[in-house]
Amino acid sequence: MAFVPPKESFAGRVFPVTIGTGVQQTFGGENTLPFHSFEGEVPNRPLIAYEIQDVPPEDWPETVRKLYDGVSDDPVKWAKYCEEELKAKAVALRLVGTHPDSKDLSAEDAAKTVTDVLGAIKVPLIVLGSNHVEKDSEVLVRAAEAAKGHDCIIGKAQEANYKTIAAAAMANGHKLIAMSELDINLSKQLNILLTQMGFDKEKLITDPMCSALGYGLEYTYSVMERIRLAALAQNDAVMQPPMLADVGMYVWKIKETQAPEDVLPEWGSLEERGIAWEAVTASSLLMAGAELLIMRHQKAVEAVELFVDELM
Amino acid sequence: MALTGVQIFKLLPKTNCKKCGFPTCLAFAMKLAQRQASLDACPDVSEEAKATLGEASAPPVRPVTLGTGEKAVKMGEETVLFRHEKKFVNPPAIALEIKDTDSDDVVEAKLQDVIGSEINRVGQLLRIDAVYLSNDSGDAGRFGALAEKVAQKAPETAVIVGTENPDAADAAIKPFSGKNAILHGATEANAERMAEIAKSAKAVLGVKADGLDALSSLTEKVKSLGVEDMVIDPGAKSAREILEYNTFIRRAAIKKNFKPLGYPVINFAQRDDALFESLVAGLGIAKYASIVVVSSAEKWKNLALFTLRQNIYTDPQVPMQVEQKIYKIGDPTPDSPLLITTNFSLTYFIVSGEVENSKVPAHLAIMDCEGLSVLTAWAAGKFTGSKIANFIKESGIENEINHRELIIPGYVAILSGAIEDKLEGWKVTVGPREANALPAFLRSAQAA
Repeated sequence: MAFVPPKESFAGRVFPVTIGTGVQQTFGGENTLPFHSFEGEVPNRPLIAYEIQDVPPEDWPETVRKLYDGVSDDPVKWAKYCEEELKAKAVALRLVGTHPDSKDLSAEDAAKTVTDVLGAIKVPLIVLGSNHVEKDSEVLVRAAEAAKGHDCIIGKAQEANYKTIAAAAMANGHKLIAMSELDINLSKQLNILLTQMGFDKEKLITDPMCSALGYGLEYTYSVMERIRLAALAQNDAVMQPPMLADVGMYVWKIKETQAPEDVLPEWGSLEERGIAWEAVTASSLLMAGAELLIMRHQKAVEAVELFVDELM
Repeated sequence: MALTGVQIFKLLPKTNCKKCGFPTCLAFAMKLAQRQASLDACPDVSEEAKATLGEASAPPVRPVTLGTGEKAVKMGEETVLFRHEKKFVNPPAIALEIKDTDSDDVVEAKLQDVIGSEINRVGQLLRIDAVYLSNDSGDAGRFGALAEKVAQKAPETAVIVGTENPDAADAAIKPFSGKNAILHGATEANAERMAEIAKSAKAVLGVKADGLDALSSLTEKVKSLGVEDMVIDPGAKSAREILEYNTFIRRAAIKKNFKPLGYPVINFAQRDDALFESLVAGLGIAKYASIVVVSSAEKWKNLALFTLRQNIYTDPQVPMQVEQKIYKIGDPTPDSPLLITTNFSLTYFIVSGEVENSKVPAHLAIMDCEGLSVLTAWAAGKFTGSKIANFIKESGIENEINHRELIIPGYVAILSGAIEDKLEGWKVTVGPREANALPAFLRSAQAA
């Protein structure tokens, strides 16, 4: 019996999002399931941004920290290193030093760092807070002002602080990450709240919250798949922004990326294990629908890019 | 094609005898249509109906077993395309390739890798499930010799014999006769002989063709030769082909009940670079493969792939739980702090990971709340002051620690009074709301 491939096409489409002013990057835009170019249009590759911080990465494990020895003491040097040496397509600056439990840096300090980093690189910048809801609403507002005209991504807006952050992103011409915690309904609700206050849904990026391989990856994976099916099959416009997987920070704090081989010989080489953990987490979430990834290790990023080459 | 409940009903005795366990023949027919019942339950069904319905009511992906004994791998029986719809049923086997051109030392080392690959992760034993023998030399004698060696040195390991040469197949399958090996495989050119060899060795037959049209014709042909148990190989090489073919095969089987592709799928993920290979293998695991062949079995790579397989094949409708007990993190002393949280596995992983990050040894009390997270368990009345007090008393932890201080999650700060009322002599301290604040919290408590 002759075989007819059971192709499926969808009414919905993921919004394409373009960021940056010097070098521009576009991700999203597909009208089919992840990498299903055999039955739909996949116009853009996913975008991988290298993560840097405003303060030295003291809590990053050795495997990934040592890559940035000599540059990570200064976010400007670090950003330039990512662009020039690692050929980063985008840089994600996490203002973790503003967290009250870290250095409690001020919004002014953060704004200065953002200005300095923007002056040093041409690729697009993603500006992330420290995930402290009160402090972020102060820090990200100043950061968004400092980045005015650079068409950045600002994040993350959460249910508890979205109003001020979204208003600042809107006033200064940026895209916005909307984060909720592993629940498609919460994610949808936050996107609705944002659009109700006038934020353009085509400038949103949905972050359904990342999890590392072995630490709840399946939750992120399935929430992403459900969001994507809602966008495509149900043509639900609120669910059509592209999705973020904030991979690096979730991966590089778990035991599998830290426990030395002499303590756990059955787990094998710590260095390769850590890199594989980041790469496998990232590639799995690409299969679930993520279009924007934030990662830390050069080898993991390169392997994922190679994987995308084979899929496109 | 799948029959509707009404079409099935017409073929049933329509006696409403209830012997099948359902109140009416129509109810039974509806269950059959959803593949939630088996026709065997009806004692009075006619032979004619059996023949018609047998085909229609068979599972959309045929169950096939690789290997024998405790380590046998069940494949097939899948019913959905997305894991949130229903649990993915049978996790894929990971098979390590051994070539008949590999030196003795390499063969030995690979067999040791397979035998020593077993890891316990969250209570499950995970391992490299099989070896895939490649007839790279093209020589039947050499291939047979490799098979003998594998049968002798790794007698419990499931085997896939990979060759298109019937003479080599005959030589290499013999040591595994009756052990549910897979002979991979049959092509358009050799199907008759391969089918004979597979039947005489009671092996599963791997069927390979370029593309899905050729593959469906070939499985039909192989079936007409009397072989029922097959695994199928659409010839996918790139990641893109794996995704495309696996998706169409799964969709055709499940949505169209297209029998010629209703078999477990084997994918080849071998790449020169082990890291890259782990991503291609991961694609197979996430996207519908039943066997993924890899070229190396580094421990770090195994761990990542086993963990991914476990994550993807977790039942999405049953919260993952860990055992109720007091866990020791680091090397706690009787003076180390005691924390409590619920037994939702994600909660446990995150909290225990952060306690570990803090480098402060601690006792972590994990209380059975039916796998709910802290706030949900509290809202459901499963994480209450009196239940926590009972658990602490019955756990025996009072005999193991010198202090009487319990750290509770910040989200249930409201419980501190209730716990202190029920646990005489204890002091309750409210910890942070989010686990990521635990290292700072524990370190400052330790310094104080």
